Amino acid sequence: MKIAFSASGDTLDAQLDARFGRAAKILIVDSDTDEFVIVDNTQNLNAAQGAGIQSAQHVVSAGAGALVSGHTGPKAFKVLSAAGVEIYLSSAATVRDALEAWKKGELQKIDNADVEGHWI
Amino acid sequence: MKEIVVISGKGGTGKTSLTAALASAAVKKYRVVFADCDVDASDLHLLFNPDVKETHDFYSGHVARIDQKKCISYGTGTVCKDLCRFEAISYSDAAGMVIDETSCEGCGVCVRFCPAHGIEFPDRYCGQWFVSDTRFGPLVHAALDIGAENSGKLVTTVRTAAKKIAQSGPDGSGPESDYLIVDGSPGTGCPVIASITGCDAVVVVTEPTLSGLHDLERVASLARHFSVPVHVCVNKFDINAEQTRSIIEWCSRNSIPVLGTIPWDRSVTAAQIQGLSIQEYAQKHGAASVADAVNTIWENLCQLTQ
Amino acid sequence: MKIAVASGKGGTGKTNVSVSLALSVSDPVVLLDCDVEEPNSSIFLGDTTGRQTETVTVPVPVLDESKCTACGECGRFCEFNAIVCVGTSVMVFPELCHSCGGCIRVCPHGALHEEESPVGELSFCTISAGTGSNRALILVEGVLTIGKAMSPPVIRAVKRKGSALAGTLSSENARDVLTIMDSPPGTSCPMTTTVSDADVVILVTEPTPFGLHDLDLAVQTVRKMKLPFGVVINRSDSGDDRVREYCKKESIPLLLEIPEDRRIAEGYSSGIPLVQAAPEYREQFARLARDAAYLAGVVNDGRKHA
Repeated sequence: MKIAFSASGDTLDAQLDARFGRAAKILIVDSDTDEFVIVDNTQNLNAAQGAGIQSAQHVVSAGAGALVSGHTGPKAFKVLSAAGVEIYLSSAATVRDALEAWKKGELQKIDNADVEGHWI
Repeated sequence: MKEIVVISGKGGTGKTSLTAALASAAVKKYRVVFADCDVDASDLHLLFNPDVKETHDFYSGHVARIDQKKCISYGTGTVCKDLCRFEAISYSDAAGMVIDETSCEGCGVCVRFCPAHGIEFPDRYCGQWFVSDTRFGPLVHAALDIGAENSGKLVTTVRTAAKKIAQSGPDGSGPESDYLIVDGSPGTGCPVIASITGCDAVVVVTEPTLSGLHDLERVASLARHFSVPVHVCVNKFDINAEQTRSIIEWCSRNSIPVLGTIPWDRSVTAAQIQGLSIQEYAQKHGAASVADAVNTIWENLCQLTQ
Repeated sequence: MKIAVASGKGGTGKTNVSVSLALSVSDPVVLLDCDVEEPNSSIFLGDTTGRQTETVTVPVPVLDESKCTACGECGRFCEFNAIVCVGTSVMVFPELCHSCGGCIRVCPHGALHEEESPVGELSFCTISAGTGSNRALILVEGVLTIGKAMSPPVIRAVKRKGSALAGTLSSENARDVLTIMDSPPGTSCPMTTTVSDADVVILVTEPTPFGLHDLDLAVQTVRKMKLPFGVVINRSDSGDDRVREYCKKESIPLLLEIPEDRRIAEGYSSGIPLVQAAPEYREQFARLARDAAYLAGVVNDGRKHA
């Protein structure tokens, strides 16, 4: 399965970005092979608002079945749920740590946005 | 690291002066980072005297511009003007079809439907934001361009940058700070919402007037709407003892802690004129009552946010 | 004629000046409270409980699923991420919608139409204001619902209502009616939306560093918008001379100075407007209105000269 991680950098050892909408990068990792592609999340962030929605669209277009992030706001949550993407929360330090935790089934799946939206 | 945002609802209650005073109190014991999120009329730098280390251009959305060489309208058949919902497009014999950039909301409708494909849609330059050193600690602040839209994106940009510094130091390898103190803006709209969501505590600075209480009710309701804990302090409390009582009673009925009250004193303006915080001014000139009041407020806030 | 009362900094006395102007002129007046995030004018006008109210709405897109093919055109067009196509469903986020109408137009299948969504409320009433015959004061107040972020649609609704009600006061096309617009603080969209159709802007400031800094921003804004303007200095003896010097240097008309006055401050805190707490100012505010009209280039019968 392809899993999306909000990240501050370009490798699996990059910090897991706690905020999904404003993360610099989204890493789409194949959970079977650990190979990944990098989606630059800053490209479309010229938009004044709705950053989480754009990030969510990146995740969906990349064919990910799950997202792992620190927090997910209500708008991003709505978009991801509509596309059937499972959402997990992790406070792991790096993408690699979060990936391992996901594989072991240790991560909490959420049914609702876990934080309020930001006006933006 | 705890993030504290100082807002007011009503303008002119003393938010920025209090933020600087809290800074003076806080840095005696703690490592603190600061953000001025009142990007529309940012004044904190007048007290913090920043040494700017980084300058960043800020772009948000787009603005539409008519290429006069391509425009085929002579004031009639004005597709763009007819479609614009924001009254941003007008025609004059002298200038032709012109888009007023202050009114343009960057929606792109005129760009899409211009039959001559004659409207450009560049990124909109909105202003700048800065990372600076100050005597209290790092400060992230901004200057929004004249008439630029204030959607909250610049506020979020400033806040995010400040949070990063607060969490991992100016170069990413430094120590975590104890507090991030944010100077917010008046009102209840986008910029205020962008300042307060997800913070650890909001401090509302109010004044003992009917307007002050009215606006406090609205901004407290806003903070509740976004699930953020509210605290209040009453500035210039002695200009109307009865109103001060009303405010304290209202807070009590609504389970909102009152951190303290600050007396009205000329020294607050005098400190501002000298570019000093209230405590710094008091150290030089006396007038300790205001400084003491702020120190008490800071101590109460610390206890409540532990 | 339309006078807008604005400032850069909050809390300088805009509302007190607006209300005092309204109470001091002999013309019929429509007072618009455009500070829709924190409207306060009604506090100073006595009993306004009999107000009529209207909901302010903005049009937002609504999907007809039977016609939608999930082609994604709407989502690709929208600059604000307010409409998004994900998989086979289209989602609308009305709180982000700027009501530009673009998505409705770009949909190739006519699957979108607009419906009104509430964002605030306006209320209005007639207040008998006493002095002189032919004397009526209509108040229109707008308020943005808590949690909603965008002021301009509510401000525009207040202004439209104001124009309509001004028409009822005068038989000559509302020309001899004075409309006073109490503006929000700052210089971004809420303020620019309010002042955009003013004949003249009165900028209220205070003689402090924050006052001066924010006044300069406001001056740059009204200059960019090509609006005539003048300055009123409130609490004029409470700070230093830099604002006066700035006005002189910039050739800005200084229309009125109001020294600090305990009666005014105490009156304000209890909802008593300046010209009732200190009645000797009525004549000065009547003159302020005449001076503002002169700046606007408006002569006695309401027409502009040259």
